[in-house]
Amino acid sequence: MMSRLLSLRDSRDPAGRAARRAAWWQRLAPRGRTLVTAIPYGWLLLFFLVPFLFVLQISFSEVEIASPPYRALVERSEDVLNIALNLGNYTYIFGDPLYFDAYLGSLETAAVTTAICLLIGYPIAYTIARAPEARRNTLLMLVMLPFWTSFLVRVYAWMGILDSNGLVNQALLALGLVDAPLQLMHTQLSVQIVMVYAYLPFMILPLFSNLVKLDGRLLEAAADLGCRPWKTFLTVTLPLSKNGVVAGSMLVFIPAVGEFVIPELVGTPESLMIGKVLWMEFFDNNNWPMAASVTIVMLALLILPIVYLHKREEKALARAARR
Amino acid sequence: MNNANNLSVFGKLSLGAGFAFLYLPIVVLVVYSFNASKLVTVWAGFSTHWYGELFRDEAVLSSLWLSLKIAFLASTMSVVLGTIAGLVLARFGPFRGKSLFAGMITAPMVMPEVITGLSMLLLFVQMQQWFGHPAERGVLTIWVGHVTLCMAYVTVVIRARLVEMDRSVEEAAMDLGARPLKIFFLITLPIIAPAIASGFLLAFTLSLDDLVITAFLSGPGSTTLPQLIFSRVRLGLNPEINALATITVLAVAVLVVSANRIMVRAERRRARLAAAAA
Repeated sequence: MMSRLLSLRDSRDPAGRAARRAAWWQRLAPRGRTLVTAIPYGWLLLFFLVPFLFVLQISFSEVEIASPPYRALVERSEDVLNIALNLGNYTYIFGDPLYFDAYLGSLETAAVTTAICLLIGYPIAYTIARAPEARRNTLLMLVMLPFWTSFLVRVYAWMGILDSNGLVNQALLALGLVDAPLQLMHTQLSVQIVMVYAYLPFMILPLFSNLVKLDGRLLEAAADLGCRPWKTFLTVTLPLSKNGVVAGSMLVFIPAVGEFVIPELVGTPESLMIGKVLWMEFFDNNNWPMAASVTIVMLALLILPIVYLHKREEKALARAARR
Repeated sequence: MNNANNLSVFGKLSLGAGFAFLYLPIVVLVVYSFNASKLVTVWAGFSTHWYGELFRDEAVLSSLWLSLKIAFLASTMSVVLGTIAGLVLARFGPFRGKSLFAGMITAPMVMPEVITGLSMLLLFVQMQQWFGHPAERGVLTIWVGHVTLCMAYVTVVIRARLVEMDRSVEEAAMDLGARPLKIFFLITLPIIAPAIASGFLLAFTLSLDDLVITAFLSGPGSTTLPQLIFSRVRLGLNPEINALATITVLAVAVLVVSANRIMVRAERRRARLAAAAA
């Protein structure tokens, strides 16, 4: 089945340079190519795609005190084949406001994070893209450097700043702006600040690689024709950078919906995000079927954005290859 | 003229504010790591006490060693798989199932890690029930999880390099009758070597840093450094973690800056050679 799935179409391109260019690997015997393709393909099928089938399966099962803690969907006793599809987890998710609020809260937090990242990230990406070529590389490296340091360290760094004895409160008290320390940690505000901080590089990078390709002559032409800078930005730069904006927003939004570490470390105990709910169902309540159902619903929410992002990226790559 | 000036003032401001936002928390973290007090945010004089504590902390050292081992093994494997996958996507032309393949490369990068972690765990549990293997969760299962995540990033880096590279040398070799495997090892591989190096570096840091997937796939006795940090940070601020974080930041800064320098130099040399050839 594998080999049929991977059977490579014979190249029927007309002879010529373009065809030869595209196809130097086509000379490898078809079997060799299939074999080479099968290695990463098989890995991803087995360890990335197939697991979702098990998640789906377990989301329909019932929790049980056993190891592993769920009842098998299909049981054979004597000559009877019992198939028990338990929809209880799903009716529970859709019936209990806790889950609904968690999904809504996650989507909202992710959307706000995306919007703020865009507002902060766009000017930074634009400025770096317009900087002299010699300095561009250094500036970009400076932006990416925090991204290379540990995610956990970056979240932890904010805990010392937002703490009730932290830097912000010390400054506010010293300036006499407040009489008692403000509660900054474990609020929605702290979650939002740290989310923006953690995800900002994912916005800047795609924006930069888009804006750096922007033809500066278009901006000059607009200026020569008397267009105000602000209007040039709105009518020329922004529409041309749409691909970068979409890619950056998706790269921030999709993982932010399922974020667990940030709400766990700096969030409020009561307002839950769905990633945290999933974690608690699994690790604290040991309710694997419920965790699986939460996952399936989250996947249903995220699959469209993921497919959309993927289609756009593939199109951009195809354009780059043709050039 | 006026426009350009306006822009640069605005640009400088936004860059300045942006860098302040990016670096201030890290500076604060580093400064507090030299605080003598156990209360991280209450300054009680300069001290390197917590660095000493850190180096005497057996739990930290053993989890660091485990994390480094896993990161090395995972990034090595993901470079191998990612290079093959990049080659398949960039050079093999269309084949049935290609878009699914490309989709499985994009998805792990954006998929919330709680989803990836849980689904892989359920796979391993099911495999254990069916085949009795893997017998328990531990280094092997963590390794598989990290490879799956990291190879996606490596593939993207390698594929981009393969798409934009100049293929004339490959074509010349082909015209002269070199076999595909020979072309790959003697020509393509050296040309994409910098991309492979940065892919390795990226995979290494991703694996070293991963908490969520690891938490699902680890068993008793396989605590990685992020897991240890997480369990301590959950309880609040901790001066030892400040010291550890400072060392991390320093190590990463040195590594990234020097890697960047090497690449810039290589790029310049290539440009000079191209100019000389023209």
